[in-house]
Amino acid sequence: MSAFKYESQVRPPIVAGDKNYHQITEDIVRPIENRPSKLWWTGFLIAVLLLCFGIFSVTREVIYGTGQWNLNKTVGWGWDITNFVWWVGIGHAGTLISAILLLFRQGWRTGVNRAAEAMTIFAVMCAGQFPIWHMGRVWMAFFVFPYPNTRGSLWPNFNSPLMWDVFAISTYFTVSLLFWYCGLLPDLATVRDRARLKWRKFFYGMASFGWSGSTKHWQRHEALSLVLAGLSTPLVLSVHTIVSFDFATSVVPGWHTTIFPPYFVAGAVFSGFAMVQSLLIVSRKVLHLEDYITLEHIDVMNKIILLTGSIVGVAYLTELFIAWYGQNPYEHFAFFQNRANVLSPLGWSYYIMMGCNVVSPQLFWFRKFRRNLVLTFFMSVVINIGMWFERFVIIVTSVYREYLPSGWSTYYTPTIWEIGFYLGTFGLFFTCYFLFSKFFPVIALAEIKHILKKSGNNYKEKMDKEEKESVETFAHEFEHAH
Amino acid sequence: MAIKRFVVGNFEEEAVLFPAVKKVRMAGYKIHDVYTPMPIHGLDHAMGLRDTSIHTAGFIYGITGTATALSGISYALIYDWPLNFGGKPHFALPAWIPVTFELTVLFSAVGMVLTFCYLCQMAPFVRKHHFNLRSTDDQFTMVIECTAKTNETELKAFLKSIGAVDINTQNAETGWWLGTYSKNIASVDNTKPILA
Repeated sequence: MSAFKYESQVRPPIVAGDKNYHQITEDIVRPIENRPSKLWWTGFLIAVLLLCFGIFSVTREVIYGTGQWNLNKTVGWGWDITNFVWWVGIGHAGTLISAILLLFRQGWRTGVNRAAEAMTIFAVMCAGQFPIWHMGRVWMAFFVFPYPNTRGSLWPNFNSPLMWDVFAISTYFTVSLLFWYCGLLPDLATVRDRARLKWRKFFYGMASFGWSGSTKHWQRHEALSLVLAGLSTPLVLSVHTIVSFDFATSVVPGWHTTIFPPYFVAGAVFSGFAMVQSLLIVSRKVLHLEDYITLEHIDVMNKIILLTGSIVGVAYLTELFIAWYGQNPYEHFAFFQNRANVLSPLGWSYYIMMGCNVVSPQLFWFRKFRRNLVLTFFMSVVINIGMWFERFVIIVTSVYREYLPSGWSTYYTPTIWEIGFYLGTFGLFFTCYFLFSKFFPVIALAEIKHILKKSGNNYKEKMDKEEKESVETFAHEFEHAH
Repeated sequence: MAIKRFVVGNFEEEAVLFPAVKKVRMAGYKIHDVYTPMPIHGLDHAMGLRDTSIHTAGFIYGITGTATALSGISYALIYDWPLNFGGKPHFALPAWIPVTFELTVLFSAVGMVLTFCYLCQMAPFVRKHHFNLRSTDDQFTMVIECTAKTNETELKAFLKSIGAVDINTQNAETGWWLGTYSKNIASVDNTKPILA
């Protein structure tokens, strides 16, 4: 029993029920092998419809130009860049779970990492759409890549934060995809080796790259995962830092803020965990994975939401304080007239942001609320609305009334095509997620098996008994000897 | 690669597998490989495998990325098309840190994954012989290579004595070939020893 010695008895089990290795395979591969339920089809069709509406909206924008959107002289970045930052932020939780928690040896990540990483990839895919289609003449998009060309050579400006973004987002997407897929290889091989249908053998045989489970391959796989986690950790911090540089390196009051990088990263993790909660609370119910995504997982993630939400709250207050303390009239105007003044045209958005992001997560100080599924689901939606408004507040309220009153645009509202584009990315996201949940193991099989004998419910119970017995035997022998 | 003959023993518990690996090695048999459904820490050392140096490869790819970024940006912004931004220096290293960092990570990650796939001989449509389909589910499969000196009956009895189940012999191709898993492989005659 020496292998179990270092697992704390205080820690609750993270795999519930009486499981063995085969049962884990059965439970997690079942949704792949069964026909999808009516619920799945309904959700999938809604997602595809939304995606179609999105494609239609974007097509209009490509044909008629960005004039299809209500962007104006000072509000050059409206819903599109708001949505871009929002989606990128959501992606961050997946990398935090898969990389940072791996480095910190957090066992509970195994239940949620696969789905969270998938969420990251889909969210970054959605985020990427916005800057690309915002270019207007999208057929020129390849101009962002630095390659010797017949235009000079004319190079992109490597000193520009927008250029850094190109590198950050594309690297982030590539590395997340590789990390996710490397983790999937052994699990796809499990599905392949159980497959009876010909197409399934073909598909999973191809997708698993001929994985055999050799000890040497596992050794390399472990080393690879660890280094990829080590690379992803600074990467994920750099990505939202660079996104915040898009604003922070400008001279626009409300954007020109040194607190942005840590504040953006905390906000990203905050909204990302909220999205993970929304997805997993539904997934565990629909796919019957309650034994793997337990209340314990939900509880721990709510604690992270509470922590990051409070960091975001401190950042909001710091901004306000500095705007007052700095005594820069433009800065002061941006914060106290455009935002904190509830009577100003867009002042309401600031209070939605404050209420959703700072006040509401404080509920999670109470264990009872952290473990309440309905409340957690509701809160996860509230938080994502709040985090959307945070980006809206930063992007729109800073510029719709800035230095020159002659350039003030009183109110910015999106057109139906801007909204359609946003809904379309929801379609893209959920189409991908539904396909993922049907064709891929939603939980990392091999990783759950790896921790089963340390953290599984039945094994912990056995451990408890043995520990008690050995203590009693020892006490008995001790008494005997004296 | 050639077709070889193997004795295959399966284990249900790690606690049985570990001593078995040691006993098999002590008895002088050559373990071809052990296939497991999940990573088992320490098994590589028990089998006498050396540590992987894939991290070193990752480091080399990483500094290649750093060098590529710095030299590429320097070429573009200093030599090929120098632009004057308010008299600021052309060699603006702090502003290049983000791109340099991203390329370092990108090169390192992509390079390592490709190296991993190359070392493990993995790609779509690569097919290998799998000794036990349950070795990706719940069994640990130990595969021992037969040499001219191996007494198969003795080896099987030995494996049984150290806790193996479903012991069998297989003639198998050790390398990989192009193919899909939907097609059954032309069956290899498993009854006769090929090293007669």
